[in-house]
Amino acid sequence: MKSTAAIAGIGESRLGLVPDRSALQLQSDAARAALLDAGLKLSDIDGLITTPVRVANWGMPCGVVASHLGVRPSYLSTLDLAGASGAAMIHHAAMAVASGQCTTVLCVAGQNLLSNKSRSTAIQAMAESGGTHAQFEVPYGPLIPSLYALIAQRHMHEYGTTAQQMAQVAVTMRKHASLNPNAHMRDPLTVETVMSSRMITSPLKLLDCALVSDGAAAAIVTTPERARALRKPPVHLLGQGYGLSHSHVGEYRNLTRSGAVDSGRAAFASARLTPADIDVAELYDCFTITVIVELEDLGFCPKGEGGRFVADGHIGLSGSLPTTTHGGLLSAGHPGLGGGFFHVLEAVRQLRAEAGERQVSGAKVALAHGNGGAIAIHCTLILGAADTVTNGAQA
Amino acid sequence: MSDERPLPTPDPGTAPYWEGTRRHELRLPRCEDCGQVHFYPRTVCPHCGSARLAWIEACGRGSVYSFTVVHRPPSPAFKARVPYVVAIVALEEGPHLMTNIAGCTPEEVRIGMPVEVAWEDVDPVATLPYFVPRSLA
Ligand SMILES: [Zn+2]
Repeated sequence: MKSTAAIAGIGESRLGLVPDRSALQLQSDAARAALLDAGLKLSDIDGLITTPVRVANWGMPCGVVASHLGVRPSYLSTLDLAGASGAAMIHHAAMAVASGQCTTVLCVAGQNLLSNKSRSTAIQAMAESGGTHAQFEVPYGPLIPSLYALIAQRHMHEYGTTAQQMAQVAVTMRKHASLNPNAHMRDPLTVETVMSSRMITSPLKLLDCALVSDGAAAAIVTTPERARALRKPPVHLLGQGYGLSHSHVGEYRNLTRSGAVDSGRAAFASARLTPADIDVAELYDCFTITVIVELEDLGFCPKGEGGRFVADGHIGLSGSLPTTTHGGLLSAGHPGLGGGFFHVLEAVRQLRAEAGERQVSGAKVALAHGNGGAIAIHCTLILGAADTVTNGAQA
Repeated sequence: MSDERPLPTPDPGTAPYWEGTRRHELRLPRCEDCGQVHFYPRTVCPHCGSARLAWIEACGRGSVYSFTVVHRPPSPAFKARVPYVVAIVALEEGPHLMTNIAGCTPEEVRIGMPVEVAWEDVDPVATLPYFVPRSLA
């Protein structure tokens, strides 16, 4: 297989309720951890990519973060594909490195989304932000979860998906989070607990929805050659794809078919692999229904079978497709645009066999998927362990 | 954060729609080249790329494509309304739009239910279309 770039280091800040750290401190914590992991210094960084934060208006976030860290990169970018930003940062860094503009890119995102604002203020800010159309949707009072509830209701109608099947996604994520020492929520859940949690926007209940968390994540992307000389085994970018189906759910006429169809097809084509080659899938899980739609649209099960695929146990650690093994946005944590970056970091850990109690034995090829807006914009990465790529040539 | 219901601020691309709602007319942009109707309003036809667009009046009938009953309000402005129905209605002309369903209990709303437009004159500037079951209209 062919590698376009490699992830040489990863780092996380504390994740969950972290009232003693600002957004910039959380990002610094994650960046320092990633540098330590790679065996690099800040002075080695000549590229930087970050995302906007919700807790402050930084104007030019990449400049603010670079300046705070004291780096003077030859390539900078602020990237915003909403929840798909984490996955897309890795690909944008790979392109920057492949073009020769820089050699070593720090990608970092995250914020104190939980501590900076009250939860209800965060919810109102989100409901009146880009996910919903200011003129044609916001006046009718949808929450961000309502946009996904509309998708879930339609999926139930078309395919017979059940609330219990969706609950099983939340239960599985909590099980995975219980094995992740940095996860926000680690107490076990049952389907009954999810089903009896407070109805938010039918059919979605409180425990069908992502957390609001503090935290940041960082990764360092460099050339495959340089990565091989560094401290940790490189994790290679084998392929990627993007897909956009709409910007607002109100006007989208095929709600149960997401842009993951297109991002998945493109990613598998560029990696010359198929869904059957994936050992572990780190799928974006802002809501339980999101995972079900992505499983179908990425080709892991037939369209309409996602609910049954989950209920049959396929996405657990001992299932045929261990999915979102760190516990995801539903249980590990969700600090806004940085949330989906933790999925990429988990794929790296799995491919380095560093995932501890939640390690998927023999994982060689991982898929990391981000979704932004109301299941609108998708970025799929396919990542390979160090030994999936031979030095300088295709295997 | 405001306690007032968020209302649309028309812009040059959407003003004809909101002028229509004030007259209780549901207007949609129609392409004069390919004949297709679209919504939300675009500057060019999303079907063929033509910039020759004109507004037509929709018949106001459609069916529920999907819906959700909101129990937790997004802001204090919606607190007195819960539980309320946020729905996507498929208009007979083809386009979908987000709206509220009233005129029945939330429990009575079903996907596929025939609905018809109704009007809420919120203030002298803003009139919002919502939908009611067609049997009641
Ligand atoms: Zn046209």
